[in-house]
Amino acid sequence: MAAVETLEVVGPGPLTTVQDRGRFGYGRYGVAPSGASDSFSLRVANLLVGNDENDACLEVTLFGLKLKVLRDVAVAVAGADLQTHCNDMPLDRWKSHILRKGSTVSFRGIRSGCRAYLAIGGGISVPQVLGSKSTNLPSRFGGLEGRPLRKGDILSSNSPWLHLETGGRRLPQTLVPSYGRETHLRVVFGPQDNEFTEKGRKALLNYPYRVSPDSNRTGIRLAGPIIERRPDVGESIISEGVIAGTIQVPGDGQPIIILVEIVTGGYRKIATVITADLPLLGQIRPGDAVRFEEISLDEAYEALRKTEHGLKEFKDARSARP
Amino acid sequence: MAYERSQFRIMGDRSLLVELGDRISPDVNRRVRELSVMLEKNPIEGVFETVPAYRSLLIIYNPLITNAMLLQHQIEDLQKKSEVVDILEPKSVEIPVAYGGEFGPDLEWVARYHNIGVEEVIQLHTAITYQVYMIGFTPGFPYMGELPERLETPRRETPRTTIPEGSVAIAQRQTGIYPVESPGGWHILGRTPMKLFNPLQIPPTLLEMGDLVRFFPIKEVEFSRWQQ
Repeated sequence: MAAVETLEVVGPGPLTTVQDRGRFGYGRYGVAPSGASDSFSLRVANLLVGNDENDACLEVTLFGLKLKVLRDVAVAVAGADLQTHCNDMPLDRWKSHILRKGSTVSFRGIRSGCRAYLAIGGGISVPQVLGSKSTNLPSRFGGLEGRPLRKGDILSSNSPWLHLETGGRRLPQTLVPSYGRETHLRVVFGPQDNEFTEKGRKALLNYPYRVSPDSNRTGIRLAGPIIERRPDVGESIISEGVIAGTIQVPGDGQPIIILVEIVTGGYRKIATVITADLPLLGQIRPGDAVRFEEISLDEAYEALRKTEHGLKEFKDARSARP
Repeated sequence: MAYERSQFRIMGDRSLLVELGDRISPDVNRRVRELSVMLEKNPIEGVFETVPAYRSLLIIYNPLITNAMLLQHQIEDLQKKSEVVDILEPKSVEIPVAYGGEFGPDLEWVARYHNIGVEEVIQLHTAITYQVYMIGFTPGFPYMGELPERLETPRRETPRTTIPEGSVAIAQRQTGIYPVESPGGWHILGRTPMKLFNPLQIPPTLLEMGDLVRFFPIKEVEFSRWQQ
């Protein structure tokens, strides 16, 4: 495989990082998974340009990223609608495009969602660190030198010419998610739901919660009715492992949905967002509302099978092509 | 106390929390290590990661391959079968610390809080061999106990936004080391020149759960020599 230069960063935007599906197996060393906060979009973007679904993409937060194309490449953008353009032509999301050397890609403004994933045919060549190309932002390793992209950075990809025949490939409309200003999230209760009052559990399910501005890849902070603890339990618990989607409730009763940059926690957890809805967490932005619905564990398993089945059909159809 | 039978708690549709006891103790923590080793030696299909903590082991699984009920049965069977587990002898690590001054901005506060001298704080902190109960919070951060009762100190009211790499700190009955620059609410007594986290090595951390740690004081001027 030959890595060649494909893109140059003209403007980095507020936060653009290199991410794959995440770094797993090192939680016991305190190493968080990192990775795309919307893994569905990352996988689709990769599949559209003929990459392995776990390849590294750019996670583009909000707007402002501007790239110069250094050679003919296949690209696909999935996730948030950030009004992506190639030169002055809008670039459809959920579709593979061939971009010519010398053109400019820009993300001009948010229409819906929070993070877009830009896949390049041939991926992004950065070293694997602890088995992943994802950027661990809080601890500054992985990805591109452990940091967000800067103006002047040059990205390389492996044999991008092998991906040029993917142009025009599209995700079936039935699989395209939509992102509103109110997100519906399904949860399974536990592991400490019985340490909250009935009133506290009802609050979580009956009221919308507002997303605070200090949300990031570590957690989505919510504001709304207090989730009341039982009077006989303290503010914190003995620290234990956590996963993305877990809803922890600190002493002030305002819930935080854990995202991808943390692996242990010392607060009670009332419920956990189901795996099928996890990708939506990456598309929630400050000011949005979220609503929670309780479902059973079996329903959660079924929801994931459904999502994965849809994605598998798309993958199979793709590989059946001549 | 360690539980007679482990308690299983659902954490979403892809993880299961196994609780081995109700408190922080060397015995409960040893059981966590035993279960963790058991699962390493007898891998269960669909489990791709386990995260050990003070008194629990979080089992992260692929819900397309297995499910919580099946896992609980498999883990209970495993626990019944293997009465005795060989866990590796923990390694002992001695860690140099430059106490006070620029490296330990809270040393004097802690001394005043307990109404003792700075030297006595250092003497108390270095007098005990600590056990690493878990690694968490940031890569390589060891939660260690137990601090002598005379040094028991509540967390800072206002956490710091930035704590330098290598800072050695205390809170409640615990002591820890910040391996990477991060925010934090513990009281900083000093700094170690030893590197606790290196993502380019496997394992990436100097310390692992179960290890035994003893601190010893060095002078500020010796700090850079130790770094080499």
